[in-house]
Amino acid sequence: MDIKMDLISEDKINSMSSMEKLRFVLDGVKSGNIVVLEGGLTSEEQMKLIELTMTEVNEDFPGIEMSGYPSKKSFLNIRRQARLTVIGPAKTMRTIKKERDLISAVISAI
Amino acid sequence: MKSRKRRKGILPYLIRALFFRKATAKIGIYGPPNAGKTTLANRIVHTFVDENEDVGVPSEVPHETRRAVRRGGILIDLKSMSVQNPNPNSTPKSNSRRGKAKLKLDVVDTPGLATKIDFHEFMAYGLEEEEAKRRAKEATEGVIEAIKWLDDIDGVVLLMDSTEDPYTQTNIVIIGNMEARGIPVIIAANKIDLVDAFPQRIMNAFPQHTVIPISALKGENMEGLYEEIARRFR
Repeated sequence: MDIKMDLISEDKINSMSSMEKLRFVLDGVKSGNIVVLEGGLTSEEQMKLIELTMTEVNEDFPGIEMSGYPSKKSFLNIRRQARLTVIGPAKTMRTIKKERDLISAVISAI
Repeated sequence: MKSRKRRKGILPYLIRALFFRKATAKIGIYGPPNAGKTTLANRIVHTFVDENEDVGVPSEVPHETRRAVRRGGILIDLKSMSVQNPNPNSTPKSNSRRGKAKLKLDVVDTPGLATKIDFHEFMAYGLEEEEAKRRAKEATEGVIEAIKWLDDIDGVVLLMDSTEDPYTQTNIVIIGNMEARGIPVIIAANKIDLVDAFPQRIMNAFPQHTVIPISALKGENMEGLYEEIARRFR
C-alpha cells in the first residue's frame, strides 16, 4: 500500500485562514495522507486541530499523530514564529523520537 | 459554563496582574492521560479541605476522568500556618507547614489531553468492545471540554509523568498555548516515587519553566508545589 505525502509550502499555508488550514490538514490526514507544513502551525492552531480532530474520531479514525518544532520567538520575544509541523493518521504514523530540533517518525502501511 | 475569550499576549496579562487581581484563582490541572491529575487534585483537597473528600477516582485505565471537575473555595494560608475549610460540615485538617503566602483556589481537574483515542486500547484493560467504544466517545468529549476550560482559567499546573519522555507534542502545545495567552504555568514532574523516575529530563526539556518534582500519590515534596502555586497564582 502506498502512502501519499503532501508537502505544503509556507506560501500556500499563509494564503489560508486558520480554519481553512485546519480543515485542509484534517481532510488530508483522514484520507490517509501525511501532511508536512512548511512554516508549521502555531500552538493555538495545533490546539484547535486537536479539538477539531476529537469531533471526528470514530472507530475507523482514532485520531492524528502530530509532531513539530516549538515556535521560535522573534523580535523582542513578542511574535512567535511557527516552524515545520508534520501531521499524519494515528493508525499510520508514529513518532519514535522527538527532540528540540529532530523528529524521527515511523510511517507504516496497514 | 460561561466562556470568556482572552486577549492574547503579555500586555493583557500584566494589566490583569496589576489591576484586576482576583480574589480566587482558578487553577487547571492539565496533562496527558495517566499523568496523575486526579491523584493531585485529590491530594490538594485532602490536604487543605477534607481528607475524606475526593475530586475523582484515579485509575490506571486512561481517560478515567472524562468530565472536568471543579472544586471551589480551597483556602490555602501557608503564612499563618492555618488551613481554612470552606465546607463547615467537613473536618478540617491541621497543617503545620510554614509558607510565604495565602491564596484562595478553585481547582479544576481536567480530562487528559490526547491527539488520538483508540477504543482498542481500552479493550487491552479488559473492557468489553461496546464499553470501550462508549468510553472512547466520552474521552473525545473530555478532551474538547479540557480545551474549552483553557478560556476560563487563571493558571495551569501541567502534570507530567517523570518516568515518561516529556517532550511530546501535547505537552508542547499546552505550554505554547499558555505562553501565547500569558497564563502562568507550573510544571509538576509527578511519580518521583517510582524507581525509573527521571524528573531532570523534564527540567532539561523545558528549561524556561519552573519544574517541581513531586509524588502526588505519596505526598512527596507537595510543600514545594504549594508554595510555588501560592507564589505564581496570586
